[in-house]
Amino acid sequence: MSELPKARIATASLAGCFGCHMAILDIDERLLELMKLVDVDRSPLTDKKRFTQRCDIGIIEGGCCNEENVHVLHDFRRNCDVLIALGQCAIMGGLPAMRNAIMHSDAPLRECLDEAFVTGRYIRNTTHNVPNDPALPLLLDEVYPCSQVVEIDYQIPGCAPGGDIIFDTLSKLLTGKFRGFEREMIRFD
Amino acid sequence: MSGTRRETGFSFTIDGVEVTAYAGQTIMEAADEAGVYIPRLCDHQGLRHQGSCRVCTVKAGGRSVAACTQPAAPGQAVENETKHLNKMRRDLVEMLFHEGNHLCPICEASGNCELQAMAYRLDMTETTRFPYLEPCRPLDASHPDIALDTNRCISCGRCIRASQDVDGKGVFGYVGRGIHRRVAVNGENLAETDAEVTDHAISQEVCPVGCIIRKRVGFVTPIGEREFDQGLIGQEIEEKRK
Repeated sequence: MSELPKARIATASLAGCFGCHMAILDIDERLLELMKLVDVDRSPLTDKKRFTQRCDIGIIEGGCCNEENVHVLHDFRRNCDVLIALGQCAIMGGLPAMRNAIMHSDAPLRECLDEAFVTGRYIRNTTHNVPNDPALPLLLDEVYPCSQVVEIDYQIPGCAPGGDIIFDTLSKLLTGKFRGFEREMIRFD
Repeated sequence: MSGTRRETGFSFTIDGVEVTAYAGQTIMEAADEAGVYIPRLCDHQGLRHQGSCRVCTVKAGGRSVAACTQPAAPGQAVENETKHLNKMRRDLVEMLFHEGNHLCPICEASGNCELQAMAYRLDMTETTRFPYLEPCRPLDASHPDIALDTNRCISCGRCIRASQDVDGKGVFGYVGRGIHRRVAVNGENLAETDAEVTDHAISQEVCPVGCIIRKRVGFVTPIGEREFDQGLIGQEIEEKRK
């Protein structure tokens, strides 16, 4: 029987801690098995900054906290047949989304930036300004989960998801056998 | 169980399984005794039934009813574990996640949380269709031994009933209406009330989520070894049938 052509996957990290990409490495030696099924296109793992061709699967870590995140996410949706939100930040905003609900604040983003760069007890910022270089991507008013920006096909829960659930989901999707998650593998923390 | 009670027993079916009930029992009480688990959040053993979360909705005689408040009736045919009912329950649980700020990775109740465990049981893994409301809710850490993070409150009212009926105190109560309904304390803040960490309302089993926090015990049991890390919610009831 002739071998199936390799699928192409791409990955990106938006507003998150990069822990989900580290969790991909937790697949350990099974990565070799996975690599028999896929070529990796645009990804921090290959350091390719742009898509070289259309991909079968795009994997997104993190939510959208700035305009660049939105551009990257739209780029992935345009260039990938199937889009997977990987981890709680991509699924529901995760820890970055804590800035959306700062209590007693009419302007949570302003309060968050002031605390981080100006008024925080341990801040040593001689300019007393919030960084505003034009090269910095414009921050969004809130942190948005990926599904509120583009259509997401699948989501793998966890913070970060274990290597097992990532491997299991990817290998089943690539072989057309994915029928949902094993219940004991589902973790939101 | 008393002999007189047994005499008044009658039977009905849940998903085709014959269950014995006694006069005055709700569908859920009879199901629990028979080892049939009906998902629930606002109901808790030892507290009076409230019937507000509706996660325990079953079909009895073709009608949707709350199993925790609906009395069992002789010959009744109850549907519980159906695809349709579980989808409605999953939607309810999903909406609870959207209505508050339920960030499992930063919550010390993760692994012990009934809301999270219910989401696992009901397979809440599909991409969401609802917006996250992300309300700005207060955190009250004024009490030396207890903290309240109302971001995680699902208004199940279990603390209200435990405080009123078991502790005889009435520390907690509802304020507001509709989506603005909140659980509040009977004082300026928790430190101004007569709440004590030994109250039943403060115990881990009463608050199903991470809203009522007992200080300094948060991570005594590590994540991965907690109650619902060991097995599904409701399995202790289901094991009665085995």
